[in-house]
Amino acid sequence: MSRKIAGIGFAALAGLALDASGPAEAYMVYVTNEKGNSVSVIDSATLAVTGTWKTGRRPRGVTTSKDGKELFVCASDDDRIDVLDTATGKILRSLRSGPDPEQFILGPDGNPLYVANEDDSQVTVIDIEKNKVLAEIPVGVEPEGMGLSPDGKILVNTSETTNMAHFIDTATHQIIDNVLVDARPRFAEFTTDGKLLWVSAEVGGTISVIDVASRKVIKKITFKIPAVTDEAIQPVGVRITKDGSKAFVALGPANRVAVVNAKTYEVEKYLPVGQRVWQLAFTPDQKLLFSTNGTSNDVSVIDVEAGKVVKSIPVGLLPWGVAVSPN
Amino acid sequence: MLTSSRPLLAASLGLFLAGLAPGLTAAQEPSAAPPAGVETHIGLIYRTQPAPASYDAEAVPEDEGVAGGRMAVRDNNTTGRFTKQTYALDEVALTSEQGTEAAVTAARNLAAKGIRYLVLALPAAEVLAVSDAVKAEGVTVFNTAAPDDVLRAAECRANVFHVIPSRAMQTDALAQFFRLMRWTKMFLIVGPNEPDRLYAEAFKNSAKKFSLKISAEKPWTFGPLARARGDTPTRAEAMVFTRGLDYELAIVADEANDWGDYVPFRTVDPRPVAGTQGLIATTWHPTLETWGAAQAQNRFRRLAGRLMRPLDYQVWAAIRTVGEAATQKKTADPAVLVPYFKDPAFGLPAYKGVSLSYRPWDQQLRQPIVVAQAKAMVSVAPEQGFIHQRTPLDTLGVDQPETACKLR
Repeated sequence: MSRKIAGIGFAALAGLALDASGPAEAYMVYVTNEKGNSVSVIDSATLAVTGTWKTGRRPRGVTTSKDGKELFVCASDDDRIDVLDTATGKILRSLRSGPDPEQFILGPDGNPLYVANEDDSQVTVIDIEKNKVLAEIPVGVEPEGMGLSPDGKILVNTSETTNMAHFIDTATHQIIDNVLVDARPRFAEFTTDGKLLWVSAEVGGTISVIDVASRKVIKKITFKIPAVTDEAIQPVGVRITKDGSKAFVALGPANRVAVVNAKTYEVEKYLPVGQRVWQLAFTPDQKLLFSTNGTSNDVSVIDVEAGKVVKSIPVGLLPWGVAVSPN
Repeated sequence: MLTSSRPLLAASLGLFLAGLAPGLTAAQEPSAAPPAGVETHIGLIYRTQPAPASYDAEAVPEDEGVAGGRMAVRDNNTTGRFTKQTYALDEVALTSEQGTEAAVTAARNLAAKGIRYLVLALPAAEVLAVSDAVKAEGVTVFNTAAPDDVLRAAECRANVFHVIPSRAMQTDALAQFFRLMRWTKMFLIVGPNEPDRLYAEAFKNSAKKFSLKISAEKPWTFGPLARARGDTPTRAEAMVFTRGLDYELAIVADEANDWGDYVPFRTVDPRPVAGTQGLIATTWHPTLETWGAAQAQNRFRRLAGRLMRPLDYQVWAAIRTVGEAATQKKTADPAVLVPYFKDPAFGLPAYKGVSLSYRPWDQQLRQPIVVAQAKAMVSVAPEQGFIHQRTPLDTLGVDQPETACKLR
């Protein structure tokens, strides 16, 4: 009931540029706290924490169901995925994820769930309705990043110690190809047209842009920040706007999010955020972007259009992943 | 005694396969039958520890180092599935009674079997003897256990790569931390063994480099008191020999772990202890969990049933050097890989947040060094603010302009 009012209040306070048509939509932002064993819930209109929900141990990857009614959380140290009711914050059930689930991605129809099992060098495909393992696909050492082509036909997993992006056919669960990228690939993000894939390399310090059809690296993006050592520039989370114009790259202990022109691959600017920034998530209207800052235990809120950090919000211990409700 | 880790590997792969869901085709499975002739054998020569006393709270495990090598070969093979490369570890365990000649013979035997990458967990003199003995066969040696600076200087060898940080790197790591904390007055206590003397020498050099003062120095003459039992009479003179000294920090040089742990809380003045015990510089620590280290810790514990130790990590890094280079270059041919180890393009991700690489001037692995006390990590060197035109990692150890190494 008070959301709309609060939204206007905040906008006035922070000087956020809002549509003339009205206040920003209120979405729910879910942040996993790796050492807090919890999810912090943030209202995107008020930018206030509205709740903290208990999860299994070491919650990392997080995503919502297509209707937003359920929240999936990798409880890595409990070897399961917790499914939470977003209305109550209670754990409804747990999925058989295979050991040490770290990141996952939901199929375009809301099922199945593709899970990277970090300690076990495999990707597990789970039917979330039947809680049934459909397939286990052996991949490289320490699988983490999970990207899915917009049509759901190609799954990409990155393995951190093997340093490859594994291209997997979701119909057959077969690996089609393996593309070598730079050291410690953490995240894979397709462009909306499905033609390009961006893969971050945490230790390599680069983004590899891969042409999906030919599976060749067509561009390597590097970063340079005055007064920050190259070693501290460690790209992890990547998000690309739906219109394909801009990409945001979280740079870990460089404590910056890079704004990259996704057409020319030029880095336009570096936004100062909290410490050790890893994961990013847009609101569905793409007006705001949230970043998880592990060592400062907070979330930075970025105004996408203005390219500015508008707020930082304290959350639980060691925030890792972030997901936003679809509605 | 020649042993092989192959049965163990096969068994674990079997488990892995058994866990696969039905309906998966053979094409995805780890290649059970790799194309003949592409398996890369890596040799590992180490010395087993003498049996511990009836009770030793921290006995050195029998498989120290080897277990790290086994994990590395598994990691190499997991990656190798996608590059059609397979690896095997040929382990040779020497007993503590067997001399240098046994190590040399073992190395020659491995070389005769075609092994071109040889990992040594042996002291400095044996590293030299072995590497010289197999040089003609084109064997590349990885030194994982000898920190001696002389191996990176007057006695450096073109066919030896050093994974373990030199003593200079270890003491530089501590000295940087003390400089950061502005603890500058050191009381150096030096044990009776040659490695202790070398450690003390390295520490003195580091003190000079980072403007610390050695305000006092004494030899340790009271025996291996850290190994004494609780009912052994307390050696009073050992407790009072720190009296009347002006210092902020006691530095112990005791590489054999004989007495260094006796010193904390027994100094007359309340002073922290660092060096080979107390606050130490190391490559690996049970409390290291950032930069993906938690995954390595878990993987290791599952494999070996114990915590990963620094020597395990060093052997792992040596074997992963070969695996990583082979992945990048798509071959295991030493003619291609060995020059590439030193290439600026080579980088080994090894749970330290940055890529590790080998210094071309002395073939020492540059790496961040963990500064830790028994129960917690305290810092990681290089410390913030210590800068270098190449990489901050080169603020640790001997830099190119100072090197006395002429690779041959």
